[in-house]
Amino acid sequence: MADVNGNGKFLVGIYDDDDVVLKAVKDVKQAGVRIHEVYTPFPIHGLDVALGHPRSRLGIAAFLFALSGTTTALLLTAYTEGFDWPMIVGGKDSYSFPVYIPVIFELTVLFCALGMVGTFLVSNGLGPTVKPLMFDLRTTDNKFAMAIDLSKNKLAEGDIEQLLRSSGAAEVNVKQF
Amino acid sequence: MASAHAIPSLDEQYEFTPAAKRRLLIGIGAGVALVALGSFLLASGAGGHETHEVTHGVGASAGDEGAHHAFKWTTRLWANVWLNAIYFTGISVIGMFFISYNYLAQAGWSSAFKRIPEAMPAYLPFMGVVVLAVFFIAGHDLFHWTHEGLYDPQSEEYDPIIAGKQGFLNTPFYLIRVVLYFTLWYVLWRMLRNYSLQEDLYGGTDYYEKSIKFGTAFLVVFAVTSSTSAWDFVMSIDSHWFSTMFGWYTLASWHVTGLAVITLTVVTLKERGYLKIVNESHLHDLGKFMFAFSIFWTYVWFAQFMLIYYANLPEEGIYYRERFSGYGGIYLAPFFINLLLNFAFPFLVLMTRDAKRTYIFLKIAAWGIIVGHYFDFYTNIMPGTVGENGGFGPIEFGMILIFACGFIWTLSTQLTKANLIPKNHPMLEEALHHDI
Repeated sequence: MADVNGNGKFLVGIYDDDDVVLKAVKDVKQAGVRIHEVYTPFPIHGLDVALGHPRSRLGIAAFLFALSGTTTALLLTAYTEGFDWPMIVGGKDSYSFPVYIPVIFELTVLFCALGMVGTFLVSNGLGPTVKPLMFDLRTTDNKFAMAIDLSKNKLAEGDIEQLLRSSGAAEVNVKQF
Repeated sequence: MASAHAIPSLDEQYEFTPAAKRRLLIGIGAGVALVALGSFLLASGAGGHETHEVTHGVGASAGDEGAHHAFKWTTRLWANVWLNAIYFTGISVIGMFFISYNYLAQAGWSSAFKRIPEAMPAYLPFMGVVVLAVFFIAGHDLFHWTHEGLYDPQSEEYDPIIAGKQGFLNTPFYLIRVVLYFTLWYVLWRMLRNYSLQEDLYGGTDYYEKSIKFGTAFLVVFAVTSSTSAWDFVMSIDSHWFSTMFGWYTLASWHVTGLAVITLTVVTLKERGYLKIVNESHLHDLGKFMFAFSIFWTYVWFAQFMLIYYANLPEEGIYYRERFSGYGGIYLAPFFINLLLNFAFPFLVLMTRDAKRTYIFLKIAAWGIIVGHYFDFYTNIMPGTVGENGGFGPIEFGMILIFACGFIWTLSTQLTKANLIPKNHPMLEEALHHDI
């Protein structure tokens, strides 16, 4: 997760290869350095596990959003057709459940989808006025960047730089936010 | 993490133990005994549903196909054979369907356990014989449309609606179709199976390329025959009624049952120490398959139901009327068990990621689906064949036992015939490192 109000000093190791960066993550963590985040142009298998990220809770959020959609649809159909303005269509009761399943399904999907867009924006710290942290523009192209927050590490800057180089970083830059 | 997996040995020979054979034989024996007991009870009039006091409501009066003929207890016996034969035909052919679309998609992950779906269609010839035999012996009792008088305008029985379907629903064409289904399915499966076994011996990618071609040919064949066989085997029982969703609906039902059988077999083999190369990710994918196609089945089921419910046309609605309140309401319970076991149950059990990676949850869900889809075919076949004389007794349970034990027997025999892991499959390397 990007640290939106980050104002610290970061060391950014730039790597050329996904296998190298995956191994580097393990080595750097082994040496006791806390990694802020790794930025890659494409998903790398096992990177989230290597970084020690906890399991994503997106599924729970999706379930709850979907549930709110189901509830809304149930209440909406029950209120409009059951109480507010009962109508008989096709000889059925004014509230005949099977007829409303498509509505319930659609609102479930809609609430889930919109909720997940919101979740995405919030969890990634994105929004109209937010300026995202960009450690290296080339991570959108063909480079892999490992960012280390110096304020959260006890090791000296020089030692960490040495560690990054020895783990296979092609270059190490300093980035100040 | 993929690189962290140690690759286990690829040589695994499945052993069909004498103990397992004995258990299966006992199962078949018990099934035969139950069927005999049930038949005896029915023949002596003690078993089955009491036919008196059954309200000849909407269902019975309008769904009177074959009502001119007195009910014979043997009809229930043959209806059960038919039901199980169709159910297991579906499971068997889905094995072929599964490997075919995996070849066409050039899927790698499934090659780890592809010997299991590959072994399933071995049951097809037996089912073909049973289906033909039942049609010859009891076709008149099960299929209203086989009655000659329906097509004769002079006859009292004349039925213009069924007469209009004569071009499709006539005995010679029906027999040709049934023979064609089983032959095509079996021959194409035999080709893929042989290529797969030869690939084990000689390696190379030639067999793989050929398998893609014949797998694709099967998919084209199955695209047509899955629908037409569903009409022939199941829908034509209710000769007046038709639904354009029915082919898809039956395919969905067969497919998810086949996937549940594959999953259950993989998990069972893993528990016995086989299939070491199958990891949690494979299981997760199989779980997703079962989850997704349970929802797909529900979608098709509901699409069919919804249109008929909404339009409320008598000639269409009668189908659900019969199952809902017809025949003294005896099909209401199977109707809802069907929905519960095939939608709500797998949906809730398989929803979480952990469940799809845990043996016990996969097994619970797979059993739910297998039992649930038996009820699916039960509610589709029984009302039109035995009507108010249906029910659940020794015949039903015994017949399931016989067919299931036979299926497990042929499956196990096929598994012994080859290495459990297709050693020279070109995609095996990908399957070994499957990681999601």
